[in-house]
Amino acid sequence: MTTDTLQSAERASPFQHLSGVRKAKNYLASVLVTCSFLIALIPLGWLLVTVVTKGYRALVSERWFTHSLSGVMPEQFAGGIYHALYGSIAQGVMCAIIAIPLGVFTGIYLAEYGRGWLARSVTFMVDILSGVPSIVAALFIFALWISVFGFPKSAFAVSLALVLLMLPIVIRSTEEMLRLVPDQLREASYALGVPQWKTIVKVVLPTAYSGMVTGMMLAMARVLGETAPVLVLVGYSRSINYNVFDGNMASLPLTIMNELLNPEPAGVARMWGAALTLILLVMIFNLMAAVLSRFSAVKSS
Amino acid sequence: MAKRIDVKDVNIYYGKFRAVDDVTLHVPPKQVTAFIGPSGCGKSTMLRTLNRMHEVVPGARVEGQVLLDGENIYASSVDPVQVRRTVGMVFQSPNPFPTMSIRDNVVAGLKLAGTRNKKQLDEIAEQALRGANLWNEVKDRLSKPGGGLSGGQQQRLCIARAIAVQPDVLLMDEPCSALDPISTLAIEDLISELKKDYTIVIVTHNMQQAARVSDETGFFNVPGVGEPGRLVEFNDTEKIFSNPDEQATEDYISGRFG
Repeated sequence: MTTDTLQSAERASPFQHLSGVRKAKNYLASVLVTCSFLIALIPLGWLLVTVVTKGYRALVSERWFTHSLSGVMPEQFAGGIYHALYGSIAQGVMCAIIAIPLGVFTGIYLAEYGRGWLARSVTFMVDILSGVPSIVAALFIFALWISVFGFPKSAFAVSLALVLLMLPIVIRSTEEMLRLVPDQLREASYALGVPQWKTIVKVVLPTAYSGMVTGMMLAMARVLGETAPVLVLVGYSRSINYNVFDGNMASLPLTIMNELLNPEPAGVARMWGAALTLILLVMIFNLMAAVLSRFSAVKSS
Repeated sequence: MAKRIDVKDVNIYYGKFRAVDDVTLHVPPKQVTAFIGPSGCGKSTMLRTLNRMHEVVPGARVEGQVLLDGENIYASSVDPVQVRRTVGMVFQSPNPFPTMSIRDNVVAGLKLAGTRNKKQLDEIAEQALRGANLWNEVKDRLSKPGGGLSGGQQQRLCIARAIAVQPDVLLMDEPCSALDPISTLAIEDLISELKKDYTIVIVTHNMQQAARVSDETGFFNVPGVGEPGRLVEFNDTEKIFSNPDEQATEDYISGRFG
């Protein structure tokens, strides 16, 4: 190679030249990605606008959050959602009280102790459970709790069906969050002469806490909107029923279904109002997840 | 306090794979013993059998005897948790607990073992941090998270955490491999001070480090991929680095392989 060709090679620096084809590809990819995002956003925005515009009128009415629909005529603009809000929250909380401890302990078992065939079969069952449609879960509880055991239709039966739906989500999120905790921390704790169970309680769980809370709250938000269990396992009531073990009890999805059958403008307004209330309730749970995970024990500098 | 360790005919397995083959060696008390050798020769595995940390890995097991002042830590009646309380360990990369403050990190071992007395814990924290040459750097921010310290400080924090439970033996698994030369120097100085009170076993990739800090050195080697590691030579550090008995040791130390 002569000095001349060396110099000319230097002049055409390899870092200056960007081929037109690559620029075009890059541009095309950016446009595609941005467009997909915008298209995905359209139905979400549309949904929110529809629910808010049609539902806010009911929401701002004086008695919405304080009264039930007891004694309210179908065509009457009156009454409120209190009975259904109570029902949704009661069923959700009862479900959480059962599903969260069960799910967290199972998740701990799978992530920290589980080996061999037992762990594999538990994982397999959880996979199957997470694929069970809500209507099937509801029918199963109907067959077991009501047909076989002979208990009446009640809010508690609904909670049991919701447990089946919430459990796999809680187990999965707990297991995954615990697996994210580096083994180094466990070993550091063992090396100090701390037994395994104490390591899990004092080192592993606090480290994974914030992710676990987020998972639980998202699971909660999901089961609050489930409609099949409330349709199958409890009757609708227009008045307040505090007894979760017996009697009809309204919930937000059930109220929406019920007012759907009411052709009067008042019914339409109540339906959208209940829908908006449900979205707000789910949003509050998501916010609570964000706030609670702020209290995470993991300290960054 | 500081105890001696006698390793007798130890074979170490991961499942069916034999990682370390038939090691016998004697670690004297209040001295620094270094394990050197190429990657995969089993020196870290050997170290982890000295406090029964090896068996934390699924399928891992140990044959033979490890005697701590004459008591076999692999006897069936021995609780591994008690062994680890007696034989502390510092790991390759600093691993302070991210959920705890600097002070709580140091006293984590005692706190988790049930010591509640706040004043006593504060005293032990100060003692351990002074012992790890970290007190002056962190005394004004004991309640700050341990993760906020520099890498070298974090490693000294981990050493403080290990000595706060007052073990008899301190194991160190390449404690300086993630640190810069200045932090390394700080840790090496610390090791020299700690050997007044502790029996120390250190694994290192850095032969100069072994030569600088240790009194005894064991050279491990692995004949080939898939074969178990062996203890080639165990001798005074001075002898290993000037006039080793084995040709393989000399080849490794003079850089002819590995």
